[in-house]
Amino acid sequence: MLEREILLEKMRTTPYLPMKARIVEAQMVTDKEKFFRIQLENKINLGHIPGQFVMVSIFGFGEAPISVCSSPSDKGYFELTVRSTGVFTDRLHKMAKGDELGIRGPFGKGFPIDNMFGYDVMIVAGGLGIVPLRSLIRYIMHNRNDFGNVQILLGCRSPRELLFEEETKEWMKRSEIKFNCTVDRADPDWKGNVGLITTLIPGVDINPTRTYGVVVGPPIMYKFVIVKLLEKKIPDHQIVVSLERRMRCGLGKCGHCQIEGVYVCQSGPVFTYNDLKKFKGECHEKAV
Amino acid sequence: MKYASLKKANLNDWLGHLKKKAKLYAPRKKENLFIFRQVKEVEDVCLEYIPTILPPKKYYFPQKEKLFKFSSQPFKTAKAIDKFEEFILFGVHTCDIAGIQCLDVVFRDAPEDPNYLNRKDKMTIIGIECLKYCDKYANCTSMGNHIPRGGYDLMMVDLGEKFIIHINSEKGEKLVTGLDYIKEATEAEMSLLERAREAKKKIFKEEFIGPLPKVYDTFDKSFASAVWKDVGRRCVACGNCTAVCPTCYCFDTQDDLELSLDKGVRYRIWNSCQMDDFAKVAGGEDFRKGRDNRQKHRYYRKFKYPVDKFNRYFCTGCGRCTRTCMADISLIETVNSLLSEEGLQ
Repeated sequence: MLEREILLEKMRTTPYLPMKARIVEAQMVTDKEKFFRIQLENKINLGHIPGQFVMVSIFGFGEAPISVCSSPSDKGYFELTVRSTGVFTDRLHKMAKGDELGIRGPFGKGFPIDNMFGYDVMIVAGGLGIVPLRSLIRYIMHNRNDFGNVQILLGCRSPRELLFEEETKEWMKRSEIKFNCTVDRADPDWKGNVGLITTLIPGVDINPTRTYGVVVGPPIMYKFVIVKLLEKKIPDHQIVVSLERRMRCGLGKCGHCQIEGVYVCQSGPVFTYNDLKKFKGECHEKAV
Repeated sequence: MKYASLKKANLNDWLGHLKKKAKLYAPRKKENLFIFRQVKEVEDVCLEYIPTILPPKKYYFPQKEKLFKFSSQPFKTAKAIDKFEEFILFGVHTCDIAGIQCLDVVFRDAPEDPNYLNRKDKMTIIGIECLKYCDKYANCTSMGNHIPRGGYDLMMVDLGEKFIIHINSEKGEKLVTGLDYIKEATEAEMSLLERAREAKKKIFKEEFIGPLPKVYDTFDKSFASAVWKDVGRRCVACGNCTAVCPTCYCFDTQDDLELSLDKGVRYRIWNSCQMDDFAKVAGGEDFRKGRDNRQKHRYYRKFKYPVDKFNRYFCTGCGRCTRTCMADISLIETVNSLLSEEGLQ
């Protein structure tokens, strides 16, 4: 059977049963975030779309939705970057190379890469938002000619929280991808921008009708970033965001991730602003 | 045979017969209320009952249900339920049958839920039609669930001396054939049924002050209504309303470990959108703050969202949420308040 068929068949017949997977690489990348490279049993590819997520199981501790941060073009494994912030993620942080865990997925709708072909891409990441966006950035790097101008704006609280530093340097060296970074609070060694991410947006030069703006970050950040992108005249359906919600099943049943009538785990986590603006009041990310 | 008749004097014989065919669940008295329970003694079955504390949901969507067995060292998973057993739900009201249809729609929607569908496959439903209101809390007429609308194998109607039984499926037919005390209904009996249905029309009146499509339109406009503030102020967030609702299906998952801390079972358990951590993520952000918003969500999940998604109202009119509410929040009053805000009297 093709890998895709195996995964689809599993989803159809035993949707709650995790697949066996092994951690092949694990390392702390900041004080609070740990990076994992994971291989599914028989080394089958996850075959995800950038922006999709998996449900990670640690038996006895439960299950949690985690964004995939590698590109589907990274074959034979996939990667996660996880902040330790509760019982489950604390336990996940204790796991090391060689340990086994359970994986279900991939779930949800990813970034609309097919629609983005030929367009310029402006990526805006706030804090941990860079994690799901890394899957898109790596995908773009591996398929560079499918996209026009690409620029990345990254904001985080302090330089210590900056994720994927080595890769960031690589992105910066690559002349064909523009990269700009800002921190809320600098430390003595920081030579870059200081201030909120929204301060970077007015200065960027884009052709709005040919640009996709992709935003991931905490709700408080996107609200204001979306306003800035709208001011830049990027059309509503070309502003793309990925939303965080509590999730238990990934199958559009358990109810936790619902925004009004929409199950984020199935209809999202990636939405366009055109989708978001239709919500009547339960969407915290809707621009003010 | 389309309609059969059974003398009341033979009801217990039939119950005894059904009990031998499969696990039989039926309503019985519990203190001053009623519950569905497996039938041990046929005499305990009580067909004149107001909606049971919990709907029969507990049999096809159990409160705590095994998903799979696991061991973590080495990593292994295994089926938790080898075989699903045949069972008969006896004496189910039409509102609760509507509840079963709602959950069918939810769990058949792709991706399908095999746990639910496996149980549902083994279920036989024998309903009983209500000829009078259970109490003042029901809104089954507005929801159109006071009369049978399919979704059952057999449907009984109490005609005094006898039950007339509508046979709606092959599975149902097998349970009434070959028994000398169940006969094909005569024309005289059929006209008695007609008369009972006519009499019902005088008893059952729409409980909402507007027709159902108007209720939907009103919900479309009432997201910012002050009614929700009022409901939220009274709500104590106990979650009773969602636990007793035949169409609430939100759940959580839970791992139970054996003492070895190595082997265990993953369960799914009922959860309630009325709990304050229901939409909270690990980082601390709460995406549905306030009892008013959580109550509003519950109502919208009955009168708006499922209509958009499945073309079906998810309130069955059983009245359980009102009956069980510790703060006297009434579904009929809430919906009527919204309707009157929209100018209906």
